[in-house]
Amino acid sequence: MTEKKGYMDMDLLRFTTAGSVDDGKSTLIGRLMYDTKSIFQDQIDAIEESSKNRGDEYVNLALLTDGLKAEREQGITIDVAYRYFATPKRKFIIADTPGHIQYTRNMVTGASTANLAIILIDARKGVIEQTKRHSFIASLLQIKHVIVCINKMDLVDYSEDVFENIKSEYLGFDAKLEIPDIRFIPISALHGDNVVDRSKNMDWYQGPSLLWTLENVQIASDRNFIDSRMPVQWVIRPQSDKYHDFRGFAGTINGGVFRKGEEVVVLPSGFTSKIKSIETMNGQLNEAYAPMSIALTLEDEIDISRGDMIAKPNNQPKSSQDIEIMVCWLNTNGLKLGSKYIIKHTTNEAKCLIKDIRYKVNVNTLEKIEGVDGLEVNDIGRIQIKTAKPLFYDPYMKNRNTGSIILIDEFTNETVGAGMII
Amino acid sequence: MSSLNLSHLDQLESEAIFIFREVAAQFEKPVILFSGGKDSITMVHLARKAFWPAKVPFPLLHIDTGHNFPEALEFRDSLAKKYNVTLDIGLVQDSIDRGTAREEKGINPSRNSLQSITLLEKLEEGGYDAAFGGGRRDEEKARAKERFFSHRDEFGQWDPKNQRPELWNLYNGKKAVGESFRIFPISNWTEMDVWQYIKKEKIELPSIYFSHKRSVVNRSGVWIAESPYNTLLEKESYEERVIRYRTLGCMTITGAIESTASTLDDIIEEVAAARQTERGNRADDKRSEAAMEDRKKQGYF
Ligand SMILES: Nc1nc2c(ncn2[C@@H]2O[C@H](COP(=O)(O)OP(=O)(O)O)[C@@H](O)[C@H]2O)c(=O)[nH]1
Repeated sequence: MTEKKGYMDMDLLRFTTAGSVDDGKSTLIGRLMYDTKSIFQDQIDAIEESSKNRGDEYVNLALLTDGLKAEREQGITIDVAYRYFATPKRKFIIADTPGHIQYTRNMVTGASTANLAIILIDARKGVIEQTKRHSFIASLLQIKHVIVCINKMDLVDYSEDVFENIKSEYLGFDAKLEIPDIRFIPISALHGDNVVDRSKNMDWYQGPSLLWTLENVQIASDRNFIDSRMPVQWVIRPQSDKYHDFRGFAGTINGGVFRKGEEVVVLPSGFTSKIKSIETMNGQLNEAYAPMSIALTLEDEIDISRGDMIAKPNNQPKSSQDIEIMVCWLNTNGLKLGSKYIIKHTTNEAKCLIKDIRYKVNVNTLEKIEGVDGLEVNDIGRIQIKTAKPLFYDPYMKNRNTGSIILIDEFTNETVGAGMII
Repeated sequence: MSSLNLSHLDQLESEAIFIFREVAAQFEKPVILFSGGKDSITMVHLARKAFWPAKVPFPLLHIDTGHNFPEALEFRDSLAKKYNVTLDIGLVQDSIDRGTAREEKGINPSRNSLQSITLLEKLEEGGYDAAFGGGRRDEEKARAKERFFSHRDEFGQWDPKNQRPELWNLYNGKKAVGESFRIFPISNWTEMDVWQYIKKEKIELPSIYFSHKRSVVNRSGVWIAESPYNTLLEKESYEERVIRYRTLGCMTITGAIESTASTLDDIIEEVAAARQTERGNRADDKRSEAAMEDRKKQGYF
């Protein structure tokens, strides 16, 4: 096993999958898991059994990704499910978002942590309204890599013309999107063409297979190494003689790099100090970068608590109480102009008031609809809020962690909105 | 720039540490559910890392079926002592004596389903408002949609329709009086990730995870250990086998696998080639396709 060492030190890629019902999403995920041997025999036995009970004539790989009982009974998926598979190169986390009702909300949830999105198109149908919606959401959530999989190529005689036409149709509307890396792959999820291995049925396609692409797409440079940010999550004060004076400011690095000896500023107080040490249980570090979880100790004794932000004096986040947000509404109880919510941002939270709804976006055409006084579940719109205290943030475009928020209903405690700061 | 990369294990560790700290900040009285298995041992390790050099700010809670492997209990006690964490124990036998739980009949009575009763009683008694579990989403279909912060109503029940969306790294632990959360810091880990991490961090495990000789009986393809809690059927007999365990639970239903894997490297190799999920060796999951989901609704881990 020469791979074994490498296996301990793989990369991690998170991706989301989108497609409308019956485009073959479950079959594709089932195939990726099956062909990478991420499915165990007892799970295969279980789906064989289920397939038989349902009267399917072949083992339905799609059943592997079918979740809860209620959903099974209705034959639909209604929530984001997470799946895992690995190759010697990378571990993959799939946020599998259902194609049915509440689509927008689920895709936004799945996309929020994804590095990459797979968008499925049925070769017989071509680009449809949903394709545009999925692409818009991927773009809005700042996913940098999109793979458009044109599926069911077996049903169109593996035709190059069909593929090329769909590709140019897609490129026709993607001008409105901000996705730097878009690729197209003709596949058959059912038969496995171009999923793991290059297809023998499509000589005209010279590109790599889907799995090869997933294994090799470069994601390291997508992270922000410039703007150093660490929201303080917890203050470590050991009650022991040995560490009597230890004050560790624990948190996860949200961007940039922190080095021992460097000067830092703490917000909101504005006090500055130097990093005395970067602590972990396995030893001290000379530098820490996103997304490491560490604890910082500082040269000076300053009062720091959860919700504070540590940054560099010459590169500080924005600070304001009036914030513009693109929000996706997640709850059946709609957003209303003038209502109050709790906003959660990094490790901080505050009350906030909805001051204005600038517009709502038609997620199919990307048109702006002005003059609305509320947002319903699955709506996306731009709002202005006022917070009870200043937040320290970056635009979402610059930093997904310090630029994202959720809104919480004060009475039901539910998470009702997900927002990206503009 | 490439030097600023984190491996998959480092990223998973960082995510779990973030969750532990978040729970410490958002809840009044969290507790770590400690089953004695490798996943909960890994969780204790992660919790130590999250708060080092301070000690873990939560107690451990073990729901003891009374049908445990003695090796697992010894290990539990020495772990708690070594890291100076409080150990709270809930005995299923107490619930049976109180009459709140009723023992299963049969040849290998499982106390797994009774665990949820004792667990809920202990959580209420201890006033715990967040309970960390070692559940992973790769374990079982019903878990694939589980949240990191899983909301439970005042009866400790889980409602699949009433779970909060989780976006970015923003976790909402707000709750009404009487409600609580189950927290799953290693949701995104697979069995392989856990084993690799145990190796990387040199985490100690109970001896029964490694190959050893034991007296066992083969019951519908599952090797069940000889123990005072198990009764032999007619025509059944114990035999010596070289086995090990992939998961620890009730002695009456936890199946061993035949294996000569005696080091972590052997185990990792074995897991890579395995054809069965860990739970595949647990007789209780086989009972119905939706077994896990049903137990979860009742408040099982
Ligand atoms: N011929 C053909 N059928 C496919 C392909 N991919 C999926 N299907 C079929 O399309 C149907 C819907 O697939 P499924 O994976 O359940 O779609 P989902 O709703 O997107 O998850 C099933 O009957 C699949 O067998 C493909 O590449 N070729």
